[in-house]
Amino acid sequence: MSLLALRNLFKTFSGLVAVAGISLEVEEKAIVGLIGPNGAGKTTVFNLITGNSRPDSGEIIFDRRPITGLPTHSIVRLGIARTFQNIRLFQEMSVLENVLSGCHCRMRAGLFSSLFRPPSQRREERAAVERAMRELAFAGLDERHADPAGSLSYGNQRLLEIARALASDPRFLILDEPAGGMNDQETADLMGLIAAIQARGVTVLLIEHDMNLVMKICDKVIVLEYGAVIAEGTPAQVKGNPQVIDAYLGSDG
Amino acid sequence: MSLLSPPLRWLAFFACLAATPPLLRLFGVDGGGAVQIGALNDIGIYLILALSLNIILGYAGLFHMGHTAFFAVGAYASAILNTSHGWPILQTMPVAGLLAAFFALLVAGPIIRLRGDYLLVVTIGVVEIVRIVLLNNVFDLTGGANGISGISRAEIFGLRLTTPADLFYLIWAFAGLTVILCSLLENSRFGRALKYIKQDEVAAAGCGINISLYKIQAFVLGAFWAGMAGTLLAVKMRLVDPESFTFSQSVMLFAIVILGGSGSIAGVVLGSFLLIGLQEIFRDFSQARMLAFGAAMVIMMVFRPQGLIPARRRRYDLRGLTGVFPRALGRRGGAEGT
Repeated sequence: MSLLALRNLFKTFSGLVAVAGISLEVEEKAIVGLIGPNGAGKTTVFNLITGNSRPDSGEIIFDRRPITGLPTHSIVRLGIARTFQNIRLFQEMSVLENVLSGCHCRMRAGLFSSLFRPPSQRREERAAVERAMRELAFAGLDERHADPAGSLSYGNQRLLEIARALASDPRFLILDEPAGGMNDQETADLMGLIAAIQARGVTVLLIEHDMNLVMKICDKVIVLEYGAVIAEGTPAQVKGNPQVIDAYLGSDG
Repeated sequence: MSLLSPPLRWLAFFACLAATPPLLRLFGVDGGGAVQIGALNDIGIYLILALSLNIILGYAGLFHMGHTAFFAVGAYASAILNTSHGWPILQTMPVAGLLAAFFALLVAGPIIRLRGDYLLVVTIGVVEIVRIVLLNNVFDLTGGANGISGISRAEIFGLRLTTPADLFYLIWAFAGLTVILCSLLENSRFGRALKYIKQDEVAAAGCGINISLYKIQAFVLGAFWAGMAGTLLAVKMRLVDPESFTFSQSVMLFAIVILGGSGSIAGVVLGSFLLIGLQEIFRDFSQARMLAFGAAMVIMMVFRPQGLIPARRRRYDLRGLTGVFPRALGRRGGAEGT
């Protein structure tokens, strides 16, 4: 049974076709890579899944229920979390507060319990801080909890985004170029982290240009070109596919 | 760096304030210090207003320059209930707040999705509309240009508040309550959500925060508090008129929050004392005053855009939570550039 299914999704931006009838499935607890040349529509697919933009037509099914057109905050609550290609941390806030934002959707305190601090609010707050510290330790960033997020190195900021996403207790994690801007050592660490996330039972869908990473950790690879799926299968199957080689290297015509 | 913990510092601050009226009398200042106390009362009311604006502008980052509109709704609601319906003035306070909040809700619906500068322009429009409605005596309730006079004196437990010093304690007790509530708000799930929205809306939505809902709540809460400050104005002046609610006052409030320190309670307190207090002191030089005020604005925005006392990052109690959780990776920290 697949956890996420896209059925015939279309999305155009003022006449430009970004996503042209994509259908795909992501099996539960798998690591799936979405690859393709620049402009193939990968990030647009991510934005459609997370509700950052709405498809013109087609359907998105998560855990057997349609989520097409739901607002982003509702989708997060259902268990889909993401990171961003161009890192979007709360730069001036502390590392810990960044991760606490992920806990927001699992908390209940509203305006009045914020003001009057009943015991339930204090317990919830404590539990959220604990969860945030747990995720920070998981990503190896717990010692930096008090620093402003903007002071972290590029690679660590990517890890902090992952920790923030994990704090929302997702079943499905979407990573948009997680290794972007990382050196070889950081990328190797990242691969270990993604494997550990899978071991927690979280399904991972990722966009990545680092083919070494994709081929090593993905259970399945889906290749996009011009907003459509041109190939899918295991890393080995995709690597040998002539259409894929063509899309990446270009044909000599 | 400082000798006292933040709560004690606030306590010391309010204790010094509370001692001011008897000290002024003790040292035989002219008229028992009525002028000085009157100025402090103005500062107190502006502080309450500025703190309520701080929720909207400082925490949520909404460029709202029409806050006096809500102040006016509250002040007129109190004045009308008192003069036409005989309600004791202080009992009108919750109604004044609720009416201002309701008005904010009506206004907020259509405009809350507007960004930065667009929102600014629309809120300026709102404050002008309110002033002109009041001036033209729409519904025959507001008394036109003359406003509403003859508001009765406030009473608390049978005690009539007659002198400026009486009002001083009323206003500053309310200001103290406002400081406490704001700091509780700031350090809660609600306050954090507003700060996330201010920093990055896309990321905040990606964390499961309902952006529009939180913005509207901030707007309505700020308006509620400004409406109650309106009651205090009616108590103090015993007269409300349209000229008390001009656009330039909205600008002044905006400046208090930005100059003092957006999202910083201590900053807003300092901003209120500086901008309203200096305005009182330099009353005789009103032309030069605006020049100095403008110059100060420019200098601040160039050299210290985060305000006089910037908001500080909150520290959390992490006892028992450090070094205990398993790592998937090694530790990643230590020495690194930038």
